[in-house]
Amino acid sequence: MQQRRSIKDHRSEGALFRRRALVGFALILLGLCALVSRYVYLQVARHDEFVTRSVNNRVKPRVLPPPRGLIYDRNGVLLADNVPAFRLEVVPEQVKDMKAMLAQLGMVVPLSQDDIDSFLKQVKQSRRFDSVPLKLHLTEDEIDRFAVNRWRFPGVDVVPYLTRNYPLGSLFAHVVGYVGRIDADDMKKLDEASYKGTTHVGRIGIERSYESVLHGTPGYELDEVNANGRVQRVLETHPPSPGKNLYLSIDARIQKAAEKAFDGRPGAAVAIDPRNGQVLAMVSVPTFDPNLFVDGISAADYHALLYGPDKPLFNRAISGVYPPGSTVKPLLALGGLELGLRTPEDTVLSTGVFYIPGQKRGYRDDRRGGFGTVNMKLAIMWSVNTYFYKLALDMGIDRFSKWMGRFGFGKPTGIDLDNEAAGVLPSRAWKSKHFRQPWYPGETVIAGIGQGYWAVTPLQLAHAIATLAGHGVPYAPRLVMSEQSGENNPPVPLVNPPTGPSLVTSEANWNTVEQGMQMVVNDPRGTGYGLGKGFPYTVAGKSGTAERYSRTTDAYNTNKSTAYLASRHRAWFEMFAPAEHPRIAVAVVLESGAWGAADAGPIARKILDAWLSTQKDPPPDTPLPESRTKAPPPSTAPAPAPTGATP
Amino acid sequence: MIELMRVRMNRFLRRILTRPRIDLPLAAGLFLLGAVGLATLYSADGGNMSMVGGQAARFVLGGVLLLLVSRIPPATLRTWTPWLYIGSTALLVVVAVLGEGRGADRWLDLGVMRFQPSELLKLTMPMMVAWYLHARPLPPSWKDMAVVGLLIVVPAALIAKQPDLGTALLVTAAGAFALFLAGMGWWRIVALLAAVVGMIPVAWHFLHQYQRDRVLTMLNPESDPLGNGWHIIQSQIAVGSGGIFGKGFGHSSQSRLDFLPEHTTDFIFAVFSEEFGLIGVCLLLALYAFIIGRCLWIAMQARDTYSRLLAGAIGMSFFVYVFVNGGMVAGMLPVVGVPMPMISYGGTSAVSLLVGFGVLMSIHAHRKMHD
Repeated sequence: MQQRRSIKDHRSEGALFRRRALVGFALILLGLCALVSRYVYLQVARHDEFVTRSVNNRVKPRVLPPPRGLIYDRNGVLLADNVPAFRLEVVPEQVKDMKAMLAQLGMVVPLSQDDIDSFLKQVKQSRRFDSVPLKLHLTEDEIDRFAVNRWRFPGVDVVPYLTRNYPLGSLFAHVVGYVGRIDADDMKKLDEASYKGTTHVGRIGIERSYESVLHGTPGYELDEVNANGRVQRVLETHPPSPGKNLYLSIDARIQKAAEKAFDGRPGAAVAIDPRNGQVLAMVSVPTFDPNLFVDGISAADYHALLYGPDKPLFNRAISGVYPPGSTVKPLLALGGLELGLRTPEDTVLSTGVFYIPGQKRGYRDDRRGGFGTVNMKLAIMWSVNTYFYKLALDMGIDRFSKWMGRFGFGKPTGIDLDNEAAGVLPSRAWKSKHFRQPWYPGETVIAGIGQGYWAVTPLQLAHAIATLAGHGVPYAPRLVMSEQSGENNPPVPLVNPPTGPSLVTSEANWNTVEQGMQMVVNDPRGTGYGLGKGFPYTVAGKSGTAERYSRTTDAYNTNKSTAYLASRHRAWFEMFAPAEHPRIAVAVVLESGAWGAADAGPIARKILDAWLSTQKDPPPDTPLPESRTKAPPPSTAPAPAPTGATP
Repeated sequence: MIELMRVRMNRFLRRILTRPRIDLPLAAGLFLLGAVGLATLYSADGGNMSMVGGQAARFVLGGVLLLLVSRIPPATLRTWTPWLYIGSTALLVVVAVLGEGRGADRWLDLGVMRFQPSELLKLTMPMMVAWYLHARPLPPSWKDMAVVGLLIVVPAALIAKQPDLGTALLVTAAGAFALFLAGMGWWRIVALLAAVVGMIPVAWHFLHQYQRDRVLTMLNPESDPLGNGWHIIQSQIAVGSGGIFGKGFGHSSQSRLDFLPEHTTDFIFAVFSEEFGLIGVCLLLALYAFIIGRCLWIAMQARDTYSRLLAGAIGMSFFVYVFVNGGMVAGMLPVVGVPMPMISYGGTSAVSLLVGFGVLMSIHAHRKMHD
């Protein structure tokens, strides 16, 4: 051993080590002295100061979550309110045995498994000295029983808080939406600092899409606490800044009338002010009570809503897609004029069947034998398929889908809500992407009457018809009209500029289409005749009856039973008024309606009536425009005839 | 064969009990420290025995391991050293690849228990440096210092990346102390320290935001009175209000009223300072100094370089715990997760410390034998 490491000098190495160890120990003592001097500084020099602070140290900070902004309708009717409630909160650090405590507490205040699970999840993610909510919305009885037993549960307390309430319940469920308890997944996404102390977050509707506006910024207060940590006095308050209040453009009265008009039949309606894109009413039937969701919905209730026969949670107005049927014919007519393919006087002969030159397959009109020779206005009034088959074919699919795209089909309208469906606007590109097939002319033909691949949401159709009614100026639909910071400040309107240039280059073109639509409701031959009766403004409209299933034979359907037809059809009606300078445009879809005019039409009219009653100065009765339509006086007209609906 | 192993095992265990090879002064110091630790824990936990019981059980486990390790001759340890070092560093790599933990990936799940491989490095690091240097002429050459530097930096970087700055610091210090005791030249030490200081701005760039916040908060605790600053402010109030004589055992109002967070783990020394005052602090630090001094004395008695360097490095790194934790509690150093040895509640650190002292006991027992 000695030989192998002869280069090592053991004696001097040992001495070197001893020197180093002694120096090291001296340095360590020096370090400890430095440490002691710091303790002398704190414990002797600043002792008095820290004693004072320790004695006064009954001060604990507490987060003050911001009150959530309120939501009103356009006239200040409260749609989402904050109401005081009480909840149980636990400081995990002060609980010795969490399991035993929860078991014991469960005997005093009933705790559901959901409560316990979400509580334990949140405990894991928060700091041990932060208070975590255990059970929300205590009843008075529960508060009393806990108060008696409070001494047994150190670290558990009843804390007041504000909870969300929707006074109008189901009426605005699909618009305002609801808030839900923040769970572990939310906590990963939300900013920890600004959601400290907050228990709820917007889940759907306005509550979700305007979460950042409604939420606000938390503040804190410094509380004086006694030896048990209970608050004695508030020393300092840095108040939270509340979330902003929102004013919707919806009028609760129109909304209510619209929902009532559906009488529980599944469907949706959207009313828009064509002058600015403001949504005046938006209903989806059936609906549900959003208040159920605020403090956690029971599994059974949720299951019932989620899988109920008519899917009440499904917001048909923005997420339901339906073939638009004949409702798009006026838009196509305008395209024919604007693209120079038609003049208002051009006529087409309707014989009952339309053939693409050189093809055998026939495309039918709705009336056996056809409507004879029709110009554009008559074609709109009668909803003559042949006219629009031919127009679509002349336009070609590329110009067709480009034109319809300008009305907003095939893409979300950009309304201030999440989960809006895009629908389908048929085009070559869409078809090759989804079917890897070329486009066939027959598909252009049926697109001309709103059938085929075409699928729109009620909101998209309302947006399109509002764009038409607004003389072609497109506005993205908006639900929130203005924001308000604090009750005392005036609401600040949100600007909503047009999303593009006007679609109408010539007022004459627009007048032709508008007159055709007036004839739909005001001419006794029109498909929706009678729907404008007794309304002080002139009304324009268009019906649509879209097929839910594709036809299997070319034979005319002889079964005229309404129930049978309703099971096969979706009924549409669109309307706007006053016809020359429209202030409201409505689109209504009834999922199971036999005929657009007969079934969806009256709903649209009731929405117009409700709107009229909200207008401050109803104008004097304006005469119906007989002179323009040259129709016989309407006094002896029969009830709306369901003749004009498209196949 | 099995019979033979059983007989040898029995003899081994009998010897541990009948003729323990321990250094009595060091054992007495550790015993006293453990007792102070349990008493402080009892008070910090609000007069509750449940934590004390758990901690006492860990001390017993650590004590048993200490006795077992004390029977292993340093020469044997030396031959195992490279493998232990490689093994523990490999585990760090495994953790880096598939580790799991709360926020920080430093745990390895063994199915039955989870442990931190970085804890092993606290012992295998000084062992490795001692192993490398014991065969080389001392003071170490530039080349040897470069190799040792590499041996230190690789595992330390892996630990720092977890991120566990406290343990990385302790592991680095353990290796650096071995180098220092081996006689690294003074000018080189000064140059190295200067280089380290020069690296601070670069290191700052690599720190996590929360680590930067901790440093900034230490410099100005009032800037964040609800978050990180809260720990520092409340800890200083606890220490300062203790004064010279302290508030008395069980009278730490800062801990009792829950103003002091982490008052059983990282900030338990604040509870001790509040209750026993400056006198208690000085006495406890004196006890630590005695233990460190005894370790260095044992190191000086050892006959071979490996034992000397290892024992010295273990003893000196004990000081780093005390200094970093004591400085943190007094608002002198930023908040890093370094426990007060044998006082802070928490399993792995107490057990690994006692295993380290087992190595010292072994070196003490084998001081008469040449390698």
